Amino acid sequence: MTAKPKLAVFKFASCDGCQLTLLDCEDELLAVAEAVEIAYFLEARTQEIEGPYDIGLVEGSVTTDHDARRIREIRKQCHYLITIGACATSGGIQALRNWADLPEFVRHVYADPQVISALDTSTPIADHVIVDFELRGCPINKQQLLSVLLSLIGGHKPRLPSYSVCIPCKQRQTVCVAVTRGIPCLGPVTQAGCNAICPAYNRECFGCYGPQQQANVPSLTHQFLRAGADRGHLVRLTRNFNGYAPEFREASNLLEQHD
Amino acid sequence: MAPRHLPVGSFVRIDKHDLQSILDSLSQRGYRTIGPRLRDDAMVYDELTRVSDLPIGYIDEQDGGRYRVVSDPQQRWFGYVVGPHSLKNFVFPPHETLLRSHRDADGLWSTQTELPETRPVAVLGVRSCDLRALRVQDRVFLEGPYVDVHYQSRREPLFLVAVNCARAAATCFCHSMKTGPAVRGGHDLALTEFVDHFVIEVGSDTGGEVVTETNWTPCTIEEVQAANDVPQRLSSAMQLRDKTLPASSAGDVEVDHPNGRYLDIRGIRELLLDNLEHARWQAVGKRCLSCANCTMVCPTCFCSSVEEVASLTQDNVERKRSWASCFTAEHSYMNSGTVRKTTASRYRQWLTHKLATWHDQFGQSGCVGCGRCITWCPVGIDLTVEVAALRGDKS
Ligand code: SF4
Ligand code: SF4
Ligand code: SF4
Ligand code: SF4
Repeated sequence: MTAKPKLAVFKFASCDGCQLTLLDCEDELLAVAEAVEIAYFLEARTQEIEGPYDIGLVEGSVTTDHDARRIREIRKQCHYLITIGACATSGGIQALRNWADLPEFVRHVYADPQVISALDTSTPIADHVIVDFELRGCPINKQQLLSVLLSLIGGHKPRLPSYSVCIPCKQRQTVCVAVTRGIPCLGPVTQAGCNAICPAYNRECFGCYGPQQQANVPSLTHQFLRAGADRGHLVRLTRNFNGYAPEFREASNLLEQHD
Repeated sequence: MAPRHLPVGSFVRIDKHDLQSILDSLSQRGYRTIGPRLRDDAMVYDELTRVSDLPIGYIDEQDGGRYRVVSDPQQRWFGYVVGPHSLKNFVFPPHETLLRSHRDADGLWSTQTELPETRPVAVLGVRSCDLRALRVQDRVFLEGPYVDVHYQSRREPLFLVAVNCARAAATCFCHSMKTGPAVRGGHDLALTEFVDHFVIEVGSDTGGEVVTETNWTPCTIEEVQAANDVPQRLSSAMQLRDKTLPASSAGDVEVDHPNGRYLDIRGIRELLLDNLEHARWQAVGKRCLSCANCTMVCPTCFCSSVEEVASLTQDNVERKRSWASCFTAEHSYMNSGTVRKTTASRYRQWLTHKLATWHDQFGQSGCVGCGRCITWCPVGIDLTVEVAALRGDKS
């Protein structure tokens, strides 16, 4: 990588929250701006420097034909392509349409449905092009983003956890809400990265960071069912921000099949 | 009148409310006093300066993947047993900085070891299984060729006020592991609870000094006997429940669940190591989540991962150590990739280390029978059941 790598940030179907995380690095932003050249980041600056880029951060999922063509162009322009957030890595909350009838959604939502041209599905970036690294979360975590940028600038492999949310949950000495209160918590099957914030505020993990490296979702949902959880609730819990990630998707389909 | 210092091995009696003056003496001596507190639906170790903040009148019901606090008709002060925390949280905390390096304007690096704050900790309410677990960790951190100075600086000043258990949860199996319920060494003071008083056994010189500062009276032989009887009768009741006899036959001590846990440790090392390809590992691998809760709560698990974290300018680097677990892919990652790729192989690694190869490595078992890994496993995987299954299929 050159002395001052060129960074580009691209947006697909998403809420912009992950890009905002980059802007939210207030204290670190100057240092980031010094370390990289922010070549393309429409949310932050109007100036657009042409590619190729050393690092491309991609937010959002692919929901239109135009998206599907654009991501292939972007891939060609970027040395490292990194997806940021649940939409880009698993299709996002908008991937709920993958289980539904899109034209019907469109009729309900838009006054002029005929102007909408969209694919039937919302799919992750990795379904379309090769992705070098996934930064999980809804939204992503600022420390993780900085650490990945730092690794790439320094020329080494990013090191982020692939294990469960239960590890940071126990490390911060939170009492388990699943064991003490029988609340279905997705922490055991979800990847760490948020420092287990939800259980620390007395509620369950709902899977923002997607499946952990060895997610055994059916075993967990089986246990919740045995303990009296509502099947419909478990379908909604697993079919959430990362519902279309394969491990969560299969588990929610399995839950529905046995209805 | 009273001697200035009670010798190790003496037994005294104090009124229940005088436990406060023991806490006060410890605070005056500069200890940070910790004890069981009811927080977020569990008994956790936290700051404790008033005995009225103890979970008096509450007990815990524990089973695989389940923990509930309920009220105690007997209104005991120490009727509950062990919660999710253990002494590990204090001597080997979840995260700590080991050293810091700084690069100055001339580009020269300086490095210094970061030692933890020196304020000593006193823990009240420690159980026999936890004292034994501490001994297991001492062996790992202090008694090998390398002494862990970070552990040592917390461990050495630790003051421990133990409690003899009068009640066992359904998940407790110290009687199988011969680690309890009676407190046998490793304590500064050991309490046995009665309706209106405690009997205290002095376990160290400092313990003897602390007790003299409270309102104590010497124990009669009968009182000493009664105190020894409490964990003794619990132990018998735990043995009886193995034969699924009703707990009531054990007198006034209380054992949850007539079918509490039991682990047959005869020939356990060979049982496990001779059955590495047993079908049971695959079966438990299907249920296990690789979530690592069992290793996080286990009071003897000592694995950590060390990471160097640089500031954005790369001029400051901290070396940080955090709890790690053999249930993660990272744990067995080497340049050729992850060695233990399946959950079944990770569960097998954990159990065979705990119960078998720990003997080879450290000359003792890695399990003290506290039952935490059973209670805090989200799917209630139970090592006593797994071992019984391996054994049952064998004989
Ligand atoms: S509260 Fe959730 S994330 Fe925390 S240990 Fe329990 S199951 Fe895991
Ligand atoms: S395992 Fe034994 S010593 Fe530990 S809490 Fe239970 S009864 Fe007490
Ligand atoms: S393996 Fe389980 S029962 Fe044994 S010491 Fe660890 S947590 Fe306690
Ligand atoms: S045994 Fe239980 S607590 Fe341990 S990793 Fe497996 S599911 Fe998690």
